[in-house]
Amino acid sequence: MKWINENLYISPINTYIDPSKPVENAIITHGHADHAKPGHKNVLATKETINIMKIRYGENCAENFQELPLNKTLKIDNVKITFYPAGHILGSVQVLAEYRGEKINFTGDYKTKKDKTCENFEPVRCHTLVTEATFGLPIFQHPNEYNEIKKLLRSLELFPERPHLVGVYALGKAQRVIGLLRQQKYDKEIFIHGALEKLCNYYMKENVFLGKFSKTNLIDKKKYQGEIILAPPSAIKNVWSRKFEDPIICQASGWMSIKQRAKQSLVELPLIISDHADWNELTEYIKLTGAENVYVTHGREEAIVHWCKMNKINGLALSLSGREDEEDL
Amino acid sequence: MRAFSELIDKLLLTSSRNRKIEILCDYFKSTPDPDRGFTLAIITNCLELKNIPISKIKEIVRENVDAELFALSYDYVGDLAETISLIWPHKENGHLPQISKMISILKNIKRDELNKKIKTFLSIANETERWALIKLISGGLRIGVSSRLAKTALAKFGDKKLDDIEKIWHGIEAPYETLFKWLSNLGPIPEIDLKKTFNPMMLANPIEENDFTNINSENFVAEWKWDGIRVQIILHDFNIKIFSRTGDDITQTFPEIESLEKEMVILDGELLVGRDYIPMNFNKLQQRLNRKKVSQKHIHDFPAFVKLYDILYLNNKDLRKKNWDERRKILETWYCKNKNRFFDLSKIINFNSWENLAEIKKNEIIDDQHEGLMIKRKYSPYISGRPKGHWYKWKKDPKTVDAILMYAVRGHGKRSSYYSDFTFGLWNGNQLSPIGKAYFGFNDNELKILDKFVRNNTIKKFGPVREVEKTFVIEIAFDSVNSSTRHKSGVAMRFPRIKRLREDKPTSEVLQLSEFKLEFL
Repeated sequence: MKWINENLYISPINTYIDPSKPVENAIITHGHADHAKPGHKNVLATKETINIMKIRYGENCAENFQELPLNKTLKIDNVKITFYPAGHILGSVQVLAEYRGEKINFTGDYKTKKDKTCENFEPVRCHTLVTEATFGLPIFQHPNEYNEIKKLLRSLELFPERPHLVGVYALGKAQRVIGLLRQQKYDKEIFIHGALEKLCNYYMKENVFLGKFSKTNLIDKKKYQGEIILAPPSAIKNVWSRKFEDPIICQASGWMSIKQRAKQSLVELPLIISDHADWNELTEYIKLTGAENVYVTHGREEAIVHWCKMNKINGLALSLSGREDEEDL
Repeated sequence: MRAFSELIDKLLLTSSRNRKIEILCDYFKSTPDPDRGFTLAIITNCLELKNIPISKIKEIVRENVDAELFALSYDYVGDLAETISLIWPHKENGHLPQISKMISILKNIKRDELNKKIKTFLSIANETERWALIKLISGGLRIGVSSRLAKTALAKFGDKKLDDIEKIWHGIEAPYETLFKWLSNLGPIPEIDLKKTFNPMMLANPIEENDFTNINSENFVAEWKWDGIRVQIILHDFNIKIFSRTGDDITQTFPEIESLEKEMVILDGELLVGRDYIPMNFNKLQQRLNRKKVSQKHIHDFPAFVKLYDILYLNNKDLRKKNWDERRKILETWYCKNKNRFFDLSKIINFNSWENLAEIKKNEIIDDQHEGLMIKRKYSPYISGRPKGHWYKWKKDPKTVDAILMYAVRGHGKRSSYYSDFTFGLWNGNQLSPIGKAYFGFNDNELKILDKFVRNNTIKKFGPVREVEKTFVIEIAFDSVNSSTRHKSGVAMRFPRIKRLREDKPTSEVLQLSEFKLEFL
């Protein structure tokens, strides 16, 4: 890594990828808070990511925004930048940077599984891969998401008198869960916590079908018997959720495959639905890119680095600080 | 195995006590014998498969999964059964046998077929079944269901009194078919052999400050709370049986204790080691516990005896309904007739007011022998369990020391995402010397603070162990300290726990190891 460093800084063009502090030039892979921070001078991102940043941080959260569509190459000095879909959430991309014939691909957060709420992932070959490793342990093998959503529907049949409170991350996961429910022909109104509203509306605007949803209003408690209510996990943990009568606490997250984690968060019905690549996706993609060098940004770096060694690939952990650990994903 | 695994999965994730009882009732209703009985035995910890060592299971996993990846995963998950269930790489078609059949297969598994069979089972199982299977083999489900709760569910299922179930519980065995017959009104209450059956003990509640104003000292007696292990002893026909507080038969551990009693007598007391009824400290007793073979040297060096507290049966007659003072008289009479070197009476302490008793506690307590005081109501019958208002324990004050946090590891089970096992140390010159480990005593909020400190102040990682900046002072409470050759610091703490976080305190004010030894050893 001569022209990029461990802070994901591309020195020939004085630009950072997903910097954790305000900088002059930033490329943002997607809108999650641990990747997109407010206060940069110039931001390069997809149209959707820019819109999401404006929704979350306000119109003026950066001085200048520049849109770059998918699969179009932008030349800045001697560096070529191309965005490829990362399949993580709406607007998410991998960033391919090319300089003097060397290709480095930054995955950002990604999943290779199909997802109707965003562009599907596209593999890219490169010399060096800078990858995430949120679920970088062989214990993480995400099951089929349709079966997981069916668990929720079965529970609704079994307990028609109990509200089903589903913990979801406000950006991406919420809309994915709604989308999956719609694909299973669940056509009832879905209730959402206020924190989810703007982003759900935005997804609808971008032609992601979410059906009928509305904000909860907690005057009529009986109204929520046997209904699905989506809320951020933090809201479920605090007093807000006490307003529901005898709810079943659910949570949609890749971490839910570990029963003890579910138990810790007092989750009764864990739904293993993840927006990240699992172990198999991570390792298969490393092979597929043909990369000789793999740098691991955040997550379970040690296991991926060990796997690289086993497969005769140069692996190195960057241990980026400022990325969220496990709590809110 | 499917039904069993789904049951324990549901129980683990359900936090409401009533709902757990409901889930168990439904299971007892819908599951035939002998499956429901074996499940009951597993949940109440009454069935252990000791023939398959867990190291063997780990070995099988390492043959099928990269050892380093397995180690990293185990460290992350913090629960062996879960790690294996998630990481197991093979899949085969088939169904696992039902729980009763599975238990009998596992019990009778031969050494040369063990690897192959376990491997097949793990491959056939789905994730939850794998998790349940390994929990079954390793013992100790830890799903948040006490045996008391399981019995409460039984009582509800059969519409019977919990107390009646408790009375027969230790006299019946898996698969409990006579029990379920009775609960389903298809048979009489199971008969039990009193001479072999542990009777649940009467236990004390810790005394609270305002208890002293609410209870009249005239109605109470006091005795020392001896620092040994509480036992129940059944004598009959020159035979003796010794049970621990939880009903485990520990007779074989103390073969020297003999009886010359013909009739059936049941006694309650504290087992100690020492000579002439003078107890040695708990450390010495501990050397005799949990041993498979008892050596003559141990019996000679640390001979066992019992301080008698109470009597439950005399000549086949149940005395438990009688008041304490009557039972005490009967105990004293029996003791005088049957004196031998294995039995001693626990002395009654005379006092005339709570203030007076507090003074006795302060002045006469012997650290190596007493855990504190027991305060018993004179007119109480012997009631199993921990009834309120009858017996109180008044523990001696713990000792405390300020120490510096040095290392941390992730906890296990429900604490597996937190750094919750802490090593702390004292100054040894200008270096730090670890003196102990603690993994409880703090509340949830303090745990969060500690966890955050560890994550943000790690200076080195050794596998799962994180070494942290030596800046965080914690106050450690402990019961006692012994010198130890096994620990580098030369001391071993008993029952250390984190009492308070002392973020305010500078590390320079922490004691030197030599000062600590001088004060507490």
